[in-house]
Amino acid sequence: MFPTEHFLFLAALLFSLGLLIIITKRNTIMMLLGIELMLNASNLNLVAFNRLLPETVDGQIFALFVIVVAVSEAAVGLAIVLQVYQYYQTSIPDSISELKE
Amino acid sequence: MTFVAFMFYFFEAVAALSALGLALVRNVFYGALLLVACLLALAGIYVLAFAEFIAVTQILIYAGGILVVIIFGIMLTTKISEKPLVVEHSYILSGILAAAACFCLLVFVLSKESFVSLTAYVAPPPVNSVQTIGVSLFSKYMLPFEVAGVLLLIALIGASVLASNIKSKKE
Repeated sequence: MFPTEHFLFLAALLFSLGLLIIITKRNTIMMLLGIELMLNASNLNLVAFNRLLPETVDGQIFALFVIVVAVSEAAVGLAIVLQVYQYYQTSIPDSISELKE
Repeated sequence: MTFVAFMFYFFEAVAALSALGLALVRNVFYGALLLVACLLALAGIYVLAFAEFIAVTQILIYAGGILVVIIFGIMLTTKISEKPLVVEHSYILSGILAAAACFCLLVFVLSKESFVSLTAYVAPPPVNSVQTIGVSLFSKYMLPFEVAGVLLLIALIGASVLASNIKSKKE
């Protein structure tokens, strides 16, 4: 069917774009979206390599645990973003520099 | 090109283009919608990679759960400041350099490796994969499953404690 490289190239592209989003966007929610994109790229790799061993489901179960950790990360991250927003009245991560001064 | 191959490359193109759009778009709400499109396309790719259970979990948890939470976050953060949700870009050159370096490194390593010999064995799993996942989740992966449950409980309590406004109640 499909070559495994096509899955892996798409995963590499999604991972690099997630890195680009995390570096360039000046908004904490956009950075969380970039982190979700990177976690999905790793999930795609796990599922693609699980295709090569069809008699086991180890890769798929690992992808399930990655999804569980991503859910926890999104919930706690958004709670922190909301608290920081209420305290500093900004969502630009560079302008929260109280410890720097 | 068969219909299945056409759908596979269609889903790959949708995922790649929506991720690219997510990197370019300036509105947070449009970004969340583009991420939904990317995650649904990835769920389609999972179905074509014989991972049906992961695909359904992806749609239920990511597109249904996380994105609703993120859209709630967008709504709550705009209510406080009442500013438009336009996101500025910064560090564009260094971001593009880091992302391009990461992508080129991954593509270089992947193109040196050959998975062609392994793809000859790719076939649909002989048994019901959902049943296999369920059985191994409660036998071989019992401890990680329970630890994941505890992690979800801790994250739930932690998120509700962090997001609740304790200071205003005391005053």
